Amino acid sequence: MVENRPYRDLMAYLVLLMGVVIVAFPVYLAVLGSTFDAATISNGNMPLLPGDQAGINYSQALLSGGRLAREPVSMMMLNSFIMAMGIAIGKILISILSAFAVVYFSFPFRKTAFWIIFITLMLPVEVRIYPTYKIVADLGLLDTYAGLILPLIASATGTLLFRQFFMTIPDELLEASKIDGAGPFRFFKDTLLPLSITTIAALFVIQFIYGWNQYLWPLLITTKSSMQTIVIGIKKMITTQDALTEWQIAMTTAVLAMIPPVLVVIFMQRLFVKGLVETEK
Amino acid sequence: MEKRALFSNKLLPYMLLVPQLIITLVFFYWPASQALWQSFLLEDAFGLSSEFVGFENYRTLFQQPEYYRAMVTTAIFSSAVAVLALSCALLLATQADKKLKAAQAFKTFLIWPYAVAPAIAGVLWIFMFHPTLGTLARPIKATGVDWNPMLNANHAMLLLILSATWKQISYNFLFFLAGLQAIPKSVIEAAAIDGSGPIRRFWTIVFPLLSPTTFFLIVVNIVYVFFDTFGIIDAVTGGGPAGRTTTLVYKVYADGRLGGDLGGSAAQSVILMVIVIALTAVQFKFVERRVQY
Repeated sequence: MVENRPYRDLMAYLVLLMGVVIVAFPVYLAVLGSTFDAATISNGNMPLLPGDQAGINYSQALLSGGRLAREPVSMMMLNSFIMAMGIAIGKILISILSAFAVVYFSFPFRKTAFWIIFITLMLPVEVRIYPTYKIVADLGLLDTYAGLILPLIASATGTLLFRQFFMTIPDELLEASKIDGAGPFRFFKDTLLPLSITTIAALFVIQFIYGWNQYLWPLLITTKSSMQTIVIGIKKMITTQDALTEWQIAMTTAVLAMIPPVLVVIFMQRLFVKGLVETEK
Repeated sequence: MEKRALFSNKLLPYMLLVPQLIITLVFFYWPASQALWQSFLLEDAFGLSSEFVGFENYRTLFQQPEYYRAMVTTAIFSSAVAVLALSCALLLATQADKKLKAAQAFKTFLIWPYAVAPAIAGVLWIFMFHPTLGTLARPIKATGVDWNPMLNANHAMLLLILSATWKQISYNFLFFLAGLQAIPKSVIEAAAIDGSGPIRRFWTIVFPLLSPTTFFLIVVNIVYVFFDTFGIIDAVTGGGPAGRTTTLVYKVYADGRLGGDLGGSAAQSVILMVIVIALTAVQFKFVERRVQY
């Protein structure tokens, strides 16, 4: 650095430490909440060190669920997982294919096709919820995984990301493959796909988190409790009538809902940052 | 920019495009045009018949005091979250940019709230500030404030702003840190040699050089508050008390679902689409400028 001023480093540590504490405190409370029984929480004097009810709470939540959302949380997690994986994989599949078409082929209406996809970048699902709901209902996809997944795949981020990446691949690679007699399938499989692995992984990380955290869409189209995702389930556990809310189960579920995406961010941090920065361009 | 070498298959490119085009047409263009069309229709109370009423739905909408209130709520909510989340993130990013031993660990500990679903973030904050059992509600009540976000609209709004900010800091932090690390050290060293101190250097050199990132983040934050905070609002307040924390997006949902007013809800959707397209256009202008920078 420019100057050497030890007290400034100390201040930096203090500011960052405070940031970390503020960021972590709500989650710490949720973890605490998942280790006490209902009475300890509801009298408003929850201790700031963990209790001994964690085993009971987690097994109750995972295996039998709460009073208000009767489905076991393990079932909800499975639904969330299927939805998140479906969205991530589906988006990667359709967008890598369409980007391949737009970048490596010349055909009439290439520009048109690109713009049709590109415009979807601008409109999130929230602004067209009811008409989309009606279409999904007409197709008989309510309470199905396809209904949860397909409408959320329709967006341009993936196509743009792959297009951008393909543009940076030197033309010489394609020329060389052509001289070797490779057709489009060979070129895609042997050259493009191996080069795209990091981009695919980065997009996967971002889309998995996006899919896991969806709220409004599953709220609308799932009516059966067996199709609930965990984010919806936890909301149902908290009612306006305080007497009915089982806070210890709700907090246990909140912790369970946070674990998969948070682990993904922590352990795949490099891919996560890459995906985040590049999908936003 | 185009590739020099291309394949010349006739049918293949269309087949590669078909999956994405079908999904886009069925789940994007079809519903978006339906929303546009529906905004000109008025359905009867039973949803059996509808007639074309022109701009009637829009006119009714702009006569509702609730709609203006939702606009004001959205404006307050998004500006408060944007200002808070951006300034906190900038403060943290400038500190993390210094050559500290534990910088990487701090970075990890600061970015993970991005992975928490908005609705879950809302649940965490309501647990913390719940009027009867919240750990942090007790000290507030001890000061004599009758803290109750379920009944007091200002308290509810404050809670929403805090939880939405909490969730957005990590995103802003990442982009600010990347922006800071892209500033050439030589520029800062030159200013230091000229005798300007750290604070002066920040405001005259670092902050202006960071402005493209800041503008980009302002737009992203506004879009975030408009759409992604739906889960937070639904979990924390449900739009209440008495509709005082209902934002524009929440009103689309509430009017269509609870009120059954599909025409009015569609008209609101169309207005929102226009707002988003405008915001995106602004963003693209800045992205272009950033490339030139």
